[in-house]
Amino acid sequence: MNASTDNARASQTVGSTNTIVHGSALPSLEVPVIDCDSVSIFYDDFRAVHDVNFGCKRNEITALIGPSGCGKSTVLRSFNRMNDLIEGARVEGSITYHGEDIYGPDVDAIEVRRRIGMVFQKPNPFPKSIYDNIAYGPRVNGMKVESMDDLVEEALTKAALWDEVKDKLKQSAFGLSGGQQQRLCIARTIAVQPEVILMDEPCSALDPIATLRIEDLMQELRKDYTIVIVTHNMQQAARVADRTAFFTAEASDTTGDRTGVLVEFGDTATIFESPHDKRTEDYISGRFG
Amino acid sequence: MTSAPATTEVAHLDLTRKPRPWDTAARAIFRVAAALTIAITLGILVALIVPSIEFFSEVPINEFLFGTRWAPRFADASFGVVPLVTATAWTTVIALFFAIPLGLGAAIFMSEFAHKRTRKILKPVLEVLAGIPTVVYGYFAVQFIQATVFRDWLNLDTGSFSVLSAGFVMGIMIIPTIASISEDAMSAVPNSLRQGSAALGANRRQTSLKVVFPAALSGIIAAIVLGISRAVGETMIVALAAGQQARIVGGPLEAGQTMTGFIANAALGDSRVGSLEYNTLFAVGLLLFLITLLINMISIWIVRRFREAY
Repeated sequence: MNASTDNARASQTVGSTNTIVHGSALPSLEVPVIDCDSVSIFYDDFRAVHDVNFGCKRNEITALIGPSGCGKSTVLRSFNRMNDLIEGARVEGSITYHGEDIYGPDVDAIEVRRRIGMVFQKPNPFPKSIYDNIAYGPRVNGMKVESMDDLVEEALTKAALWDEVKDKLKQSAFGLSGGQQQRLCIARTIAVQPEVILMDEPCSALDPIATLRIEDLMQELRKDYTIVIVTHNMQQAARVADRTAFFTAEASDTTGDRTGVLVEFGDTATIFESPHDKRTEDYISGRFG
Repeated sequence: MTSAPATTEVAHLDLTRKPRPWDTAARAIFRVAAALTIAITLGILVALIVPSIEFFSEVPINEFLFGTRWAPRFADASFGVVPLVTATAWTTVIALFFAIPLGLGAAIFMSEFAHKRTRKILKPVLEVLAGIPTVVYGYFAVQFIQATVFRDWLNLDTGSFSVLSAGFVMGIMIIPTIASISEDAMSAVPNSLRQGSAALGANRRQTSLKVVFPAALSGIIAAIVLGISRAVGETMIVALAAGQQARIVGGPLEAGQTMTGFIANAALGDSRVGSLEYNTLFAVGLLLFLITLLINMISIWIVRRFREAY
């Protein structure tokens, strides 16, 4: 366990170095918008994730990849405190947002979620009209909006959905296709004007064409938002992400419980073309069991 | 157990129809059960309608529906049902006034705010309320609520009976019905909707009232309608606590006889089969049935109109 942790740290350092070399095309190194420092996440006594260290930078897409059960979704959900909704979930270490610990004693999870939005694996529009799905967030947040109609249009336009739905805003969101519903959920997230958008396998329930549309959309959104995406699909990570974090699950020596660890973090090209860790290479090349 | 031969020949292909006696029997049993339910309902309806027709051959339907004096046993008998309807309306509205907010509040708390363990304790306790015999509720209303609370403690200007005490206690009786069914409906709303709402920065109150509640609305309406039907049809509590005098009820502290209260009282009496007094029971029963039917139809319309399906 210790060895692997050290390993993770070491490869991360290497990854970061590489980032600097590769960095000309990327925004310069600045303080990460979200930064994990020695993060471990527990469900009651079960340690789901152990000692994760990495950061997500502004206007970049960071992908979290790895096999099932490696804790990548757990890490993602800890970024906007969605794990709070699960009884017994607990975070150790620090997760900072612009340097402020989001698990600090005075921090309100609701304020965190306003700034760090989330799109889920399965599209989950509310059983309301398309319009009300978008207007819901601004309304519950008491946002002072000059014109809700304009805001709805802007959010739908940014989510590349406006042209398809502009004539049926009052109709139920359930009449939309799966891909449209997922773009609606992205539009809904955009409408509260967050800074970060977390995406938890946003395309896993969609067909390939809808998936490509979402990926194109992510590239657009990257200009205005910081995106963190969990994906099972390695090609997707390679296509869309600026940086990639590879997680895996390792059995504990004593209990046999499987705990997620961060193996390697770096810019996507490095992770996919010349990974430093053997485990990353095995996974990327499909040799993973 | 040797491996199958590599030829394409299938051992023995038999696709002919075979007799399945248990299948046939089960289907017949279920069909009889379904038919019986419908037959019984129709039978009750016929049993209500036939004496009612006789009743209306003697009493004009206008006089029955809009007459304001109910005195079927007096020498100068009068059959205006309005007094009974006002008493039923008062007790029902009062019952719902207490039962809907408390029942829905309890449901929202159990479904959205309570910890699992709290819910596990609270729900069965609440359902015990539904198991108390209504005659117990009735005496509770007369002896404690009306006599002790209203008259002795609060010094209210009221007699031995009132539609308020009957309605209030009836409301308590209905709370578990409304709470339990609404809670089931809200618990059935997928968690993904709660998470979606939370991820937009909504707090629990907003999530439960603006997402979960509307999504569960059809189940909640069903719960309320069941509550209304129970209140309209409830007999023992009102027979004991609302009063036996049929008169137009003008305020909550007045006494009055409800439709069910009248039926219960008159049915205990010695009205001869086929007499006008006897037929009166069925006319009131039919009206009660039609009112419940109307409420059900309105609720179905409401559900269709405001439904937010998930």
